Amino acid sequence: MNLVNLTSLSAHLSLLLASSIQPFSWNLLADIQQMLQFDFMRAAFLAGTAIALVAGLAGYFVVLRHQVFASDTLSHMVFAGAMGAALLGVNAFLGVYAVAIAGGLALNGLGWRGSARERDIATGMVMAWMLGLGALLLGIYATSSIANGNTAIGAGVLFGSILGVAGQEWIIVIAGIVTILALLAMARPLLFASLDPETAQARGVPVRLLGALFLLLVGVSVAEAVPAVGALLIFALLVAPAAIAQRLVKRPYAALALSALLALLFTWLGLTLGFYTPYPVSFLITALAFVTYLLVVAAQRLRQFATRRRFSNSNTILTHTAGG
Amino acid sequence: MIMPSWNLIVDWQTIFHYSFMRTAFLAGTAMAIMAGVISYFVVLRGMAFASHTLANIGFAGAAGAALIGMNLSIGLLAFTVAGALGMGALGRRLYGNDLVVGLVLAISLGAGYLFISLYHGYATNLYAILFGQIVGITWSQVFITFATGIVSLLAMGLLYRRLLFASLDAESAEAKGLRVQWLSLAFLVVLGLVIAVALQIVGVLLIFALLVAPAAVAERLTSRPPLAIGLSVLLALFFTWGGLALSFYLPYPPGSFITTLAFAAYVVVRFGDGLRSLVRHRRKLSAIEQPEGWAA
Repeated sequence: MNLVNLTSLSAHLSLLLASSIQPFSWNLLADIQQMLQFDFMRAAFLAGTAIALVAGLAGYFVVLRHQVFASDTLSHMVFAGAMGAALLGVNAFLGVYAVAIAGGLALNGLGWRGSARERDIATGMVMAWMLGLGALLLGIYATSSIANGNTAIGAGVLFGSILGVAGQEWIIVIAGIVTILALLAMARPLLFASLDPETAQARGVPVRLLGALFLLLVGVSVAEAVPAVGALLIFALLVAPAAIAQRLVKRPYAALALSALLALLFTWLGLTLGFYTPYPVSFLITALAFVTYLLVVAAQRLRQFATRRRFSNSNTILTHTAGG
Repeated sequence: MIMPSWNLIVDWQTIFHYSFMRTAFLAGTAMAIMAGVISYFVVLRGMAFASHTLANIGFAGAAGAALIGMNLSIGLLAFTVAGALGMGALGRRLYGNDLVVGLVLAISLGAGYLFISLYHGYATNLYAILFGQIVGITWSQVFITFATGIVSLLAMGLLYRRLLFASLDAESAEAKGLRVQWLSLAFLVVLGLVIAVALQIVGVLLIFALLVAPAAVAERLTSRPPLAIGLSVLLALFFTWGGLALSFYLPYPPGSFITTLAFAAYVVVRFGDGLRSLVRHRRKLSAIEQPEGWAA
């Protein structure tokens, strides 16, 4: 995995961009054409599209199944995997995938027994320890001779660099297509198992197996996104679009589609904004998603308020007519 | 690198010979006492995820303070307390409402990353915020840690009975006229305060272990609240002192040792519990089988 020091990269990019790029005009077509002239932007859009679709689809089930904390834990865990791989001199991809898959299965095991509160604590303990382990491995790596004083690799894993994925975008796209197909294939039984586990079990749906498979897929979605958005921020793409979609649409399949669509929209907008402004893409994506969520909540509250008012108004009219 | 002599008295003398270790132990002790007490309620209320999120809000705060050249402690305090209030306002009851917490976590990570990338004095500072450091603790930080410790312990003392009631049985507490939501908000603010201070020692990603592990272990050993809180404080002290001593001898951040000690204790207790219930189950089974044998 190509873990570049992202600040030096973005500083480099902004220098490069400042010299050769026209500022944003309101001629959108020209803007997009200019943006896609660059190899790294084409790679970023390709990888970003795959990551967004996967995260949007998987995220819907994450939210539906109340596994937000578990998926956050998974995304933090891969840090230790990447550091371990770096220390062993293996491709960091391997470490990330290995930990993501093993972690998904382990978290699934933790979720079988006990109350929600116990699961919360157990998940938290696993995350805390894996982060501690990651810090230790980073420490060992940084003081060893392999590092050559380059400790930025840790930051690369934590925050990723979507503008630096050129050359590995196809790995991300292929992993993305496989994950999407797997998610779509299990969407129907998984929906059933998530919404009504007892009935699903009684009807012969393998609820436990589906749960394990699903967390495994969340692990894979996290792992494939790490080089681009990083171990910490992939979480935003998993949760925010699904949270918005769930508020806007009640029908499961429509919400699933909307969640993927929103993830795609935030990613594309974030990439475009990141190209024309000096702000990091992953921040822009998170901010867009969060602000949209707040706006949706505010709009819904407002509408609720308005309908309640209208309702109470018509009520008073009714009582008046009844009294008169 | 200094090697331990395994003569514990001499080793402790060596450790305390260094003034940075003295400040680290002082600050660490105050932090562990606070964390141990508050940890009991974090575990009781199932707020592991919320406290992780508050710590990450602290990340944005620390990075933001570094960016505008503000005092780190003040930046952290402002952000975590504001974050606590914001989370309290967004989610009615945080517990179980993992979506709101998750969204706050997402945006605070994003904002922290923005501040870090705008601030170019980069990797070392970043790691110090994320994973903590022991060398850099100043006397003013020790002072702030103690002051916060006293304030938060007083606040917990005031809230204790009501918070315990509300955490154990929210419905009855509400029926008895306790303002459950205000209590929850007050607790969040105290939690934010503790996190802001503790962050500077063990870091954003690892403070969380001290907020969950001590009580998670203590709770499995005793069910009486005051005893569990006492035990939780002792465990927090043990993890912190052990982690600091280890990181004195090894060139790695103390947080990783603290989390490892905490996790080990948790695993031991959980496995112990599992084993015990297995034995009990077996005994029950054989007790059921015996009468049948007699009948034959």
